[in-house]
Amino acid sequence: MEFETVIGLEVHAQLKTKSKIFCGCTTAFGNPPNTNTCPVCLGMPGVLPVLNKTVVEYAMKMALATNCAIGPMNQFARKNYFYPDLPKGYQISQFDLPIAEHGWVEVEAGGKTRRIGLTRIHMEEDAGKLIHDEREPKSYVDLNRTGVPLIEIVSEPDIRSPEEAAAYLRKLHAILRYLDICDGNMQEGSFRCDANISLRPVGQKEFGTRTELKNMNSFKNVQKALEFEVRRQRDRLLDGEKITQETLLWDADRNVTNAMRSKEEAHDYRYFPDPDLVPVVITEAWIEAIRATLPELPDDRKRRFVQQLGLPEDDAAVLTSSRELADYFEAAYARYPNAKKLGNWLMTELMRLMKGEEALDISQCPVTPENLAALLAMIDAGTISGKIAKTVFEEMMVSGKDPETVVKEKGLVQMSDQGEIMAIVKEIIAANPEQAQQFREGKTKVMGFFVGQLMKQTGGKANPGLANELFVKALGE
Amino acid sequence: MELHALTIHALQDLLAKGEISSLELTRSVLDRIDAVEDKVRAYITLDRNNALAQAEGADEQRKRGEGGSLCGIPLSIKDVLCTKGLRTTAGSKILEPFIPPYDATVIEKLRVEGAVILGKASMDEFAMGSANENCAYGVPKNPWNLAHVCGGSSGGSAASVAADECIASLGSDTGGSIRQPASHCGIVGIKPTYGRVSRFGLLAYASSLDQVGPLTKDVRDAAIMLKAISGYDPRDSTSVNQPVPDYTAALGADLNGLTIGIPKEYFGAGLDPEVEQAVRKGIGLLTEAGAKTVEISLPHTEYGVAAYYIIAPAEASSNLARYDGVRYGFRDHDQHELLEMYRHSRSQGFGEEVKRRIIIGTYALSSGYYDAYYKKASQVRTLIVQDYAKAFSQCDLLVSPVTPAPAWKIGEKIDDPLSVYLSDILTICTNLAGLPGMSVPCGMSSSGLPIGLQLQASHFAEEKIFRAAYALEQRLDLAGKKPM
Ligand SMILES: [Zn+2]
Repeated sequence: MEFETVIGLEVHAQLKTKSKIFCGCTTAFGNPPNTNTCPVCLGMPGVLPVLNKTVVEYAMKMALATNCAIGPMNQFARKNYFYPDLPKGYQISQFDLPIAEHGWVEVEAGGKTRRIGLTRIHMEEDAGKLIHDEREPKSYVDLNRTGVPLIEIVSEPDIRSPEEAAAYLRKLHAILRYLDICDGNMQEGSFRCDANISLRPVGQKEFGTRTELKNMNSFKNVQKALEFEVRRQRDRLLDGEKITQETLLWDADRNVTNAMRSKEEAHDYRYFPDPDLVPVVITEAWIEAIRATLPELPDDRKRRFVQQLGLPEDDAAVLTSSRELADYFEAAYARYPNAKKLGNWLMTELMRLMKGEEALDISQCPVTPENLAALLAMIDAGTISGKIAKTVFEEMMVSGKDPETVVKEKGLVQMSDQGEIMAIVKEIIAANPEQAQQFREGKTKVMGFFVGQLMKQTGGKANPGLANELFVKALGE
Repeated sequence: MELHALTIHALQDLLAKGEISSLELTRSVLDRIDAVEDKVRAYITLDRNNALAQAEGADEQRKRGEGGSLCGIPLSIKDVLCTKGLRTTAGSKILEPFIPPYDATVIEKLRVEGAVILGKASMDEFAMGSANENCAYGVPKNPWNLAHVCGGSSGGSAASVAADECIASLGSDTGGSIRQPASHCGIVGIKPTYGRVSRFGLLAYASSLDQVGPLTKDVRDAAIMLKAISGYDPRDSTSVNQPVPDYTAALGADLNGLTIGIPKEYFGAGLDPEVEQAVRKGIGLLTEAGAKTVEISLPHTEYGVAAYYIIAPAEASSNLARYDGVRYGFRDHDQHELLEMYRHSRSQGFGEEVKRRIIIGTYALSSGYYDAYYKKASQVRTLIVQDYAKAFSQCDLLVSPVTPAPAWKIGEKIDDPLSVYLSDILTICTNLAGLPGMSVPCGMSSSGLPIGLQLQASHFAEEKIFRAAYALEQRLDLAGKKPM
């Protein structure tokens, strides 16, 4: 039997506001435990929350960037449950009047572009963190994260493959970063994802029984966990067994999912409107004011890269996948207006050295866009060969020096002096009479051998264009 | 009369003229406390030394020509308001020990005005109760008859004012908790419009209903106190940014041009005839002062108690979740498993009535019951708001009894919470609609217990209440009548 995979994702994105959502404490990461706290976020008796307006504006930005309808009336609700990382005994979230609904994003996967629907986006506060002592049966609570603003972005069950799920996540991640409202750090938990997944026989309308996947802290893990779960569900269904609706935790070390203890998920959150916060009214004028602040978004930028810069679709998609990378590209392009060649360098050389997801944060790259442009210009001018340029680039990535300095320090300037090269060419011909004879008899393939010898002797510095020409000349004599 | 028996405005005259000092006054009040507190039990915590130091500070301020409207006036504070450095219990064991590192906004305001804070007044645990019998620190008595309750939940505040153990007090009113004990103790108590006074630092019972207000010896004092504590607070999103009038300016000679509505539902079956008689007499005095009367109907009044006892416990079940033994307050240290620690700490820390309301509220919000209870109650609330809107298109004030009967005997209703809930029927709708309401004395029962008259007005129309209450007070010969 053929099955269709049905996936819906819930993404929690921490917003990059300076202060928390309901108090003035800083949102900075990495401070000593319980130092970013005050009576309000500690849930002391008698204190009250006051909404940080920037949170609403950031959420509005995301809503607009994902084609959502923004609700004119926003209400916060209390989600009640007991846990030591939740000082008030409830989380302030949104329930039946979220800030945004009915959006969509376009996602490319498996050679297809599909529109994935967003059910809703809502604002809420983050909980604290429990730190478990390995040596004794004790747990400590760090409430620095308590009250850090989050938006939860809930997709429709529109996603049809683990690959598409990963692409959807990358798209949301890119949009959040373009908007500069979330730092997107999955390791530190500022971008988190839970998934709902079910299978159904192809052609069937009703959804199958779903499981919920948690604890996937990278794009790769999300895809791997979903792939595992597709296999697991398919095997069960083919064996005639039923899927149990449950919450599963991804174990990234063993590459399996494990069921959460049912006690941990049996919750009735008893949502009700938070009487401490008045409804937030969002006017059309406010929406328009926020819309005016939106930067160019990934899809628009990609389109522009294709139409104006003449980049192939795929290249444009990669280069616009993060705002920093696209900014980097454009800064280099301003000095080196050969989009295709520049793009190739970025995608092959730079990404090879920066490896994987690091490349998304190219702002940390030791090579400035100006220096990359200068390096490419040196190739075009014949100062260095393309091959030497790669060596120079590697050095630039280590030291951060400009290409001229690296070339000078390492003595890598291309040999373009005809007399100088000719002297070596003649030596090589003299030392290899057999190959010279073959060439003269018409075996032009031997040219490769001669050029190779030349490069070997000059350490690759001989101008490859000149090399051919001079050998032909010398061999013809 | 001795100093502790005087009003704020009388004492301000004496202080201003330099005839007395705040230190003398505060000593007089502390002496009074020493004399009667054993019987009345109005305080949970007395801050004697600090009170004297504050009094000295106030005297120095006054010498420098500074000091606000309450400079040097000794007050008691309901123990539900956070006082920096001074134990705050909310009448509960669960907070033991909790010493707030911050003042409630109203306390900050009182300090700015130069008030002397004597200590923390008794109350029903987390303001849940109508007799102050649900307190982990003892039951205060009605100064008029020590065998009777003083009302609740601001019972200690009312008793301390009536027994002259302070000059005035701050309480909080969620369903009548200022007005009802004020009525039972023969003093003035006003619950302001929701949003008039900041709730920051008030330990929440039911956030959409709670409001802080004064309990005082007369109407003018209530006007002075309310002005001192009112105003927008950026720390409370539900406080309203509206100018605070000088309420004493509303106190005048007559009530010409004022229409008072008499809601027939407030004079129904179950009303003690003596109470009805006293209130009707009060209405007569108001008309003598120039007010016109009109009969009004508030048809949804009878559903108020039911709606209140869903909404308030629902909010309470959530508001009280923070008392979990993790960060402060009481914890059962014998428990080493999280759920058991929660269960035992909360079971031992909270009293019976609080647990009852947490359970009711939790149930009302549970999935599958939300629509039938919480949502329905919210709809009733809207109907009650509409009733009032219609009423206030026909009149300026609503006049009624505060309670169906004078204060009952201590212990009489302890096993019958439902009849206690039902006794709140005349005060609850005010909170559901967020309106201001006052209890002002209007007579005494044959057994010598005070009877109050309730005045309700539309949002932010406290001045009308003060005007009518003052006119009534002037025409009644109750002033100077002391319980003990
Ligand atoms: Zn804080």
